[in-house]
Amino acid sequence: MAPEAPAAEARPVQARAEAPRPLTRFIRWDVIVTALLIVVFAGGALGTSDFATSDNLAFALDDLSEIALIALPMTLLVVAAEVDLSVASVLGLCSALFGALWDAGWAIETIVPLLLVVGAVAGLVNGLLVTRLGLPSLAVTIGTLTLYRGLAYVVLGTKAVAQFPQNYADMATKTVPGTPIPYPFALFILLAIVTAIVLHATGLGRALFAIGAQEEAAFFAGIRVKRIKLLLFVVSGIVASFAGAVYTLRYGSARADNGLGLELAVIASVLLGGVDFDGGKGTLGGVVAGVLLIGLLRNLLMLRDVATEIQSIVTGLLLIVSVLTPRIAAKVRETRRHHRANPSASS
Amino acid sequence: MSESPPILALASVSKAFGAVRALQDVSLELRGGEIHALAGENGAGKSTLVKILAGVHRPDEGGVLLDGRPHEFHGPGDAQHAGVAVIYQEPTLFPDLSVAENIFMGRQPRARFGRIDRRALRAETAKLFERLGVALDPDRPARGLSIADQQLVEIAKAISRDARVLIMDEPTAALSGNEVARLFAVARTLQEQGCALLFISHRLEEIFDLCQRVTTLRDGRYISTEELDGLTPDDLVQRMVGRELDTLYPKQETTPGETVLKVSRLTREGVFTDVSFEVRAGEIVALAGLVGAGRSEVARAIFGVDRYDAGGVEVAAAKLPAGSPTAAMSAGIALVPEDRRQQGLVMDGSIERNIGLTQLRSLRRGPIISRKVERDRAADWAIRLQLKYARLSDTVGVLSGGNQQKVVLAKWLSTDPSVLIVDEPTRGIDVGTKAEVHRLLSELAGQGLAVLMISSDLPEVLGMADRVLVMHEGRLAAEIPRAEATEETVMAAATGRTRQEAA
Repeated sequence: MAPEAPAAEARPVQARAEAPRPLTRFIRWDVIVTALLIVVFAGGALGTSDFATSDNLAFALDDLSEIALIALPMTLLVVAAEVDLSVASVLGLCSALFGALWDAGWAIETIVPLLLVVGAVAGLVNGLLVTRLGLPSLAVTIGTLTLYRGLAYVVLGTKAVAQFPQNYADMATKTVPGTPIPYPFALFILLAIVTAIVLHATGLGRALFAIGAQEEAAFFAGIRVKRIKLLLFVVSGIVASFAGAVYTLRYGSARADNGLGLELAVIASVLLGGVDFDGGKGTLGGVVAGVLLIGLLRNLLMLRDVATEIQSIVTGLLLIVSVLTPRIAAKVRETRRHHRANPSASS
Repeated sequence: MSESPPILALASVSKAFGAVRALQDVSLELRGGEIHALAGENGAGKSTLVKILAGVHRPDEGGVLLDGRPHEFHGPGDAQHAGVAVIYQEPTLFPDLSVAENIFMGRQPRARFGRIDRRALRAETAKLFERLGVALDPDRPARGLSIADQQLVEIAKAISRDARVLIMDEPTAALSGNEVARLFAVARTLQEQGCALLFISHRLEEIFDLCQRVTTLRDGRYISTEELDGLTPDDLVQRMVGRELDTLYPKQETTPGETVLKVSRLTREGVFTDVSFEVRAGEIVALAGLVGAGRSEVARAIFGVDRYDAGGVEVAAAKLPAGSPTAAMSAGIALVPEDRRQQGLVMDGSIERNIGLTQLRSLRRGPIISRKVERDRAADWAIRLQLKYARLSDTVGVLSGGNQQKVVLAKWLSTDPSVLIVDEPTRGIDVGTKAEVHRLLSELAGQGLAVLMISSDLPEVLGMADRVLVMHEGRLAAEIPRAEATEETVMAAATGRTRQEAA
């Protein structure tokens, strides 16, 4: 019963004649965010003299490293209609562990792999609670957010460990020769390409969209929903732990409160990038644009000496706008279609 | 009484959505004391008509007449106020409120200080139920009520608002035989009390059983309004589809081959017990029984979406691990589930992605999914199943029920299964597509597929099956060969009146 001789794009005769694809299909949120990104960049370059320098851009991108890295697995999770709020706490826990072990004389070559294992375990705990006990990930990871942060304080208390070797600090801050791109951000670009392929061109990606849009139908189609979700949480933990190492080396300081509240910036970038919080919709390109937009905006506001309170207000508003706009746009489209259908009834 | 003036009428109503003309010049008269049927295939415009009557849509042309006078509904509230109530296929009650609270939502009788007068609430509700002749406890929570009972609650709600026109949009699709009988009794009671009823159903027997007149729509156009007396089901089908259906049950004779699916002593505590049967290649075996007899649950256990406690499943003599749809699929089982919208399809997904979802592995070229293979395969199946669509990238949500079911079938047939389990394959599907699905099932069996068909549609069971297995209260109550299967033998077993143990 395998399909014989696949008909090359043959349309059945009875296909309804319809208008060609409207241009509005390009008015997608991820495209809008990208446009907005270009506008902000151009505006910044014209209006703020220190902005478009390679030093400042390198700084802005480096400052964005952890958010950008963590946003990648977060995108996969949100597309699958799950979320991991514990990422910043995993980052903090790993930073604290980094400091404690370095203080105890361990080698960095041993510490970093161990951190990745800790991150994987932290993610596994999240994943098992969600998939085995069927708890909502929002609740589970709010719990582990507190738990992991608490563990970070157990590990390091309130002290700070500094004095990390210069060659490693360089890896976290120096740029790839000839570009304004810091090494961590270069790694992000690489991983973003991999994630984009996974999400948009592999069976796993197809499965993620199906799970996010209609989990039961995905399960009935033979997709191993639980296994996939578990995997996502583990990956999220690993990336967050790696981000913890980057953060520690970048600031040259290991503290239990490192990255406090970072999860909100990550989720803001993902939603700003057009990923539907209800799952099933989104593009990785949009998320990359969202991450960059938040990063550049923060940098611009900082350069112009805008108070941090205002900075967070701007980020918050942008997030709300990004969640609202696609919905309003859908409403408007609906109404317009309705009006075109019966102009007489457009009272 | 029979020639009373219409309470609610539509006069030459037209309605378009974009380029789609949903209704063109359609008229309808609903008289008091009459049960009027609305017949038509899916996409004929029945839902649009109901929504106009319910005040959800306003007609582009023509108008609504209330008691013979032109009347404009500015919204569902207006229509409700005018005494029009709609009972949908699946009512939406507040599960945590009591039946009585649901009925009087927002209009609770008040005692002093604005408190809700619970005693009055209960008494009023009991009075309503008495008037309808149903036995339901006003105090029980709505959660856990069967769909049939939920509909009765909705009807009671409508009556409590002094509804004079009751529109029932496919109310029987999810009901068992007894529940249908009870619903009909209530409908007749209301008819006697002078209400006008509009009844929509895909089951022709029900239309003939319950209604006096029928209005038929086809492709959004008005075809006819006539007395059902003197009309045959064939006449009605012909008006609905506009052509003679060659046959609704094109069953091919086949000689069954080897046993492909073997289910032995399958048990899930509290759900089904000791279920054993075999399905052979080329055979269509129907699993009949009342809703709630455990048929779908058996299918789900075989396919591995549910666990089971004892017994086993073999496909082509190889034991199937329990609880894994993935394993069931690689063993060659396909399940077209009961709930198309929740389980069968990703409604927001495109046609091509839905079809491809079951074969992500074979769509790969290296680790990457081949868009071309995905699209070609979907296009190929769309042609083979005569899917009506505009673009393969359209979401399946825009398709009609029948075409959605074709997408589900395509999705599963493209896995090249050796066992096909179909759960209510034609529920909510128009007559034309129904015949197509039947022809397809028959052809597939002819090519050696083993088909297990769960169906509550008795004519379908009798028309399509080589053997009929009947379940009653979680057990296999009878196995009836095609030659002996009649409505009487199947219903007798389904209601537990005979007990010839199978296997």
